[in-house]
Amino acid sequence: MKQSKSISSWLLISPYLVHILFFVLFPVGFSLFLSFHEWNIISPMEFVGLSNYEKLLQDQYFLKSLRNTLVFLAIHIPLQIVIALGLAVMLNQKIWFRGFFRGSFFMPVVVSGVVVTVLWQQLYGYEMGSINMLLNKLGFEKVGWLTDPLWAMPSIAIMATWKNVGLYIILFLVGLQSVPRSLYEASSLEGATSWQQFWHITLPVINPTMIMVMILSTIGGFSLFIEPYVMTGGGPLNSTLSSVLYIYKQGFFYYHMGYAATLGLILALIILLVVFIQRTVIENKQS
Amino acid sequence: MKKILFYLLLGVSAFAFLYPFIWMVSASLSEERSINSVTLLPLSFTFIHYIKLYQSIPIWGAFLNSVFVATLVTFGVLVFSSMAGYALAKHRFKGRNLLFYFLLFTMTLPFQLTLIPNYILMVEFGWTNSFAALIVPGLLNAFAILLFRQHFLSIPQDLIDAARIDGCNEFRILFQVLWPVSVPTLITVGIITFMTTWNDVLWPIIVIREEKLMTMPQLVTLFAVGGRSMGQIGMKLASATLLAMPIIIAYLIFQKHFIQSMAASGQKE
Repeated sequence: MKQSKSISSWLLISPYLVHILFFVLFPVGFSLFLSFHEWNIISPMEFVGLSNYEKLLQDQYFLKSLRNTLVFLAIHIPLQIVIALGLAVMLNQKIWFRGFFRGSFFMPVVVSGVVVTVLWQQLYGYEMGSINMLLNKLGFEKVGWLTDPLWAMPSIAIMATWKNVGLYIILFLVGLQSVPRSLYEASSLEGATSWQQFWHITLPVINPTMIMVMILSTIGGFSLFIEPYVMTGGGPLNSTLSSVLYIYKQGFFYYHMGYAATLGLILALIILLVVFIQRTVIENKQS
Repeated sequence: MKKILFYLLLGVSAFAFLYPFIWMVSASLSEERSINSVTLLPLSFTFIHYIKLYQSIPIWGAFLNSVFVATLVTFGVLVFSSMAGYALAKHRFKGRNLLFYFLLFTMTLPFQLTLIPNYILMVEFGWTNSFAALIVPGLLNAFAILLFRQHFLSIPQDLIDAARIDGCNEFRILFQVLWPVSVPTLITVGIITFMTTWNDVLWPIIVIREEKLMTMPQLVTLFAVGGRSMGQIGMKLASATLLAMPIIIAYLIFQKHFIQSMAASGQKE
């Protein structure tokens, strides 16, 4: 009896084991192996020692892509948190058409990034884009949203915020609803203003949500691909070259499989490190 | 007064999220020369972009490919992930805890790490340019297993024991006893999986080169990036509209489920 049950346990879990063997364990091991080789898939693999790593340390494009990611995150994260939290606080009150508002904010979350980028490419158009036409009517200068190297990455960051903020509104709403009503009532009696309440009661309670939003946005920032791929091709002047786009180019344009694997490996380590630092720094701050 | 301002702010925000979609649909239904003057409703109404799109790229085939791939992947994830989740939640066997921690660990691995080696695996299997490359790697995922495990932990052991006494084997217990009482979790996992598979584009771009095998996002991407849509904004927007439509319709019908599912997916960090 016991024997047969244990067999059925392994039977139940065997698809997972096979899957993980092929699509997790093998790839992790193989990417390490590849990083010591040069290979274009067709001709035989060539052992090159540490030269991929040496190349990476001096690779201006890779450094540029990391810098671009920083620019993206510096704009995306604060914007995301402020807008998501602001709208979540508004939605958390007794209001009319709450479902409608929530539903509208969430709409961009469900569609493909391809839809959003194709659409925003038109909205960002220099001559005829809706945004510049609106600016023009309001008496402002046109902006080269996707053609000005200074603006291109911020434009993508703004668009990404529009795309994702609905999800974070929902996450903040879940957090806000965990704040006990009694806390607000008690502090009101003591004469606290609503701003004070927000600062001293609401914020500490939703801090875990804030960390989550930050980490998810960070991972999202390091995963940018389709946005620059469709909108700018990484330009102008490589100002929107993202790390994943660069890996893609190395792997599938030039067929530098060894080098592309090295880039992926190092990028993964950087992501894990950044997320780890975010976690520990914020958790230390709390205690 | 304060109240009016409040609703005004909310209204303007909602408009900012909805307007681009409205504009996209309207512009895709307007003649090319008037697209730039579209503000809200279509000008000089026409279906010409949709007709031309249908004639120039296999968009209908891509739609069917997407439906096929996303349905199969979703079905696979529901079956295989619930199997693993059930074993991890309700079975006692050697290595169970180790396996569980390993599962949590694999969830933190960024996809950037496995992208290139997984492509090479597809090459070695001879799966590039085939649906196998789009389906098999997606048939299981750690997050779905975790959701199922969490849910099965909350199911009383008595239910399972009773079924065992009745002579059910473990697979019948899972699919005939546990599945019927797990509908919300099945919906959550189903929606997240279907949506991410439907919308995914990086992996298809890497493993599929043949146009007739492409899923919708890939076909639309290559159409938008390549020269074929040069100067044809109407067609570009029509293709984006067609890509968005199925998921938006599903969203409008199952709005509550979508929002709850995605809220659950956020908890994973």
